[in-house]
Amino acid sequence: MQTNKAEARYLGATSLTALAPGSIAGRKLRERTIEVVMFLCALSSVAITLGIVWVLLYESWHFFQNVSIIDFLTDTQWTVLFENPRYGIMPLVAGTLVTSGTALIVALPLGTIIAIYLSEYAGATLRETLKPILELLSAVPTVVFGYFALLFVTPLLQGILPDLPGFNMLSAGIVIGIMIVPYVSSLSEDAIKAVPTHIREGSYAMGATRLQTSLRVLVPAAFSGIASAYVLGFSRAVGETMVVAVAAGTQPNLTLNPMEGAATITAYIVQVSLGDLPHGSIAYQSIFAAGLTLMFLTLIFNIGGYFLRKRFREIY
Amino acid sequence: MEKPLESEIHERVAGNKHRDKVFAIVGLLSTFIGLLTLAALIGDLAIDGLARLKPHFFTSFPSRFPDQAGILSAWVGTTLVMIVTALTAVPMGIAAGVYLEEYAPKNWLTAIIEINIANLAGVPSIVYGLMALGLFVYQFGFGQSILSAGLTLALLILPIVIVATREAIRAVPGSMREAAYALGATKWQTTSDHVLPYSMGGILTGVIIALSRAIGETAPLITIGALTFIAFLPDPPIAAEFPFVSFEWLWSPFSVMPIQMFNWVSRPQHDFHLNAAATGLVLMVMTLVMNAIAIYFRYRFRRRIKW
Repeated sequence: MQTNKAEARYLGATSLTALAPGSIAGRKLRERTIEVVMFLCALSSVAITLGIVWVLLYESWHFFQNVSIIDFLTDTQWTVLFENPRYGIMPLVAGTLVTSGTALIVALPLGTIIAIYLSEYAGATLRETLKPILELLSAVPTVVFGYFALLFVTPLLQGILPDLPGFNMLSAGIVIGIMIVPYVSSLSEDAIKAVPTHIREGSYAMGATRLQTSLRVLVPAAFSGIASAYVLGFSRAVGETMVVAVAAGTQPNLTLNPMEGAATITAYIVQVSLGDLPHGSIAYQSIFAAGLTLMFLTLIFNIGGYFLRKRFREIY
Repeated sequence: MEKPLESEIHERVAGNKHRDKVFAIVGLLSTFIGLLTLAALIGDLAIDGLARLKPHFFTSFPSRFPDQAGILSAWVGTTLVMIVTALTAVPMGIAAGVYLEEYAPKNWLTAIIEINIANLAGVPSIVYGLMALGLFVYQFGFGQSILSAGLTLALLILPIVIVATREAIRAVPGSMREAAYALGATKWQTTSDHVLPYSMGGILTGVIIALSRAIGETAPLITIGALTFIAFLPDPPIAAEFPFVSFEWLWSPFSVMPIQMFNWVSRPQHDFHLNAAATGLVLMVMTLVMNAIAIYFRYRFRRRIKW
């Protein structure tokens, strides 16, 4: 009996049945319980998505009971916090597109060049040294990048462009661009590395240089992976909040000129959240409508990226 | 007829080789733009903030006077929020990763979970904040508390922990599992006694990187209503909530270091910018140290384990 008990404990007795001779049932019960608990943990990620969708749709639905969806999409003014509020999302969307567009102009070429360089040119030691340092860029807290954009990059740019206002989308966009370079470069590099060696060797055998091989063989062959990197970079840029909240200003401004200051969707959400808005007011609901718009923007680009990948997918 | 053609070819080859060399330089320079930015960032913070980093900066509450202000409430808030985040995200993320890698049957539900985790990585962090505002703060009634904040960040880093766990577990050879099964171990005994210990290095690396991301996260916490004007409160709530044995602190309002920094950098006065720089410097040091530890772990475990 004594040994039986010890054995049962070793086998993980969690219930009385486990004390019965053999204790197979207890062992099975324990195994089963653990599996179910772990399954629930895995399922929680789906619950997060459902939570996000539900909250955004639920609060936005209340918002659109008060504001017509036509006004929301066509009005050119976003003055929710004013006396005569107008609810046109266009200025915020424009601000978001300008800052993330600027960021992409910086990040895509830089990220692609770095990816090609690290995968095809740099030696193993140099690559293993440079990559972790480069990846630190994406580990820097975004509010620190905001500080950097406002108090370092903007004064620097004002030296070249004297008319640049203190809050502008240009410096925010450039800094976001540099911030997302590691995302673009490391995913692109993985894609380029994944191109089979015989394709690379085929190109070299024809007498192509490394540059010709990279640009005319590897990049086209890896394009579907590189496109995923671009889409992820765009998602990061669109959703980036603190850099724009600090450096691009909080004034909604319908413009496509990056030299001006303008609020983005994310900056607006931060601005409203900083105030003390009563739960259930239209302004409170408006940040969820703004968040929904943000999700739609990312979704559109992800779908676009999906078709781009499908169109250019190479099968070796 | 022969000669000009040959020289033309030579010229072409030389041109191609030249362009190849130019690109090698452009590539190196591009990489250095990233590194230079990092250096400029740290240098800029150090020049502005270093003078503020005196002991009283860590032991004072925020104040209207920039040179008397400190980050006491902010770093205490960060610590408490991170405790909640780590205690939630680490066990859940590891459990989910283990399940998906070792247990999950190949069916539509597993496929949905996997696609979903991949997609969550692309969701902007501020959207997590909106979800937490609607769900935790109001629906569940947690209020604008440390509990809400910790849970929000936990959800945010959950996908990172899951992905890191799966990668680490995948690296354990199947022969290890088969050896355990051959000795009569159950699935869970195999997992907890063999697979998990072998993959601990990789998991730990992922956890540290995930937590370092959570420490710097600002936007979702502003959304759920972290206090940014805590500088004007004479009596920050954190201090009253000690000792830890009571779990009252979970419900208390809070500020964290990135939000304190945001608050200072949004002010027009230059003196507050110096405080922001000092806070940024502390944040940077914490992030860099955590990442350095992660890189070290990765290197060490990769070297030590040879299958």
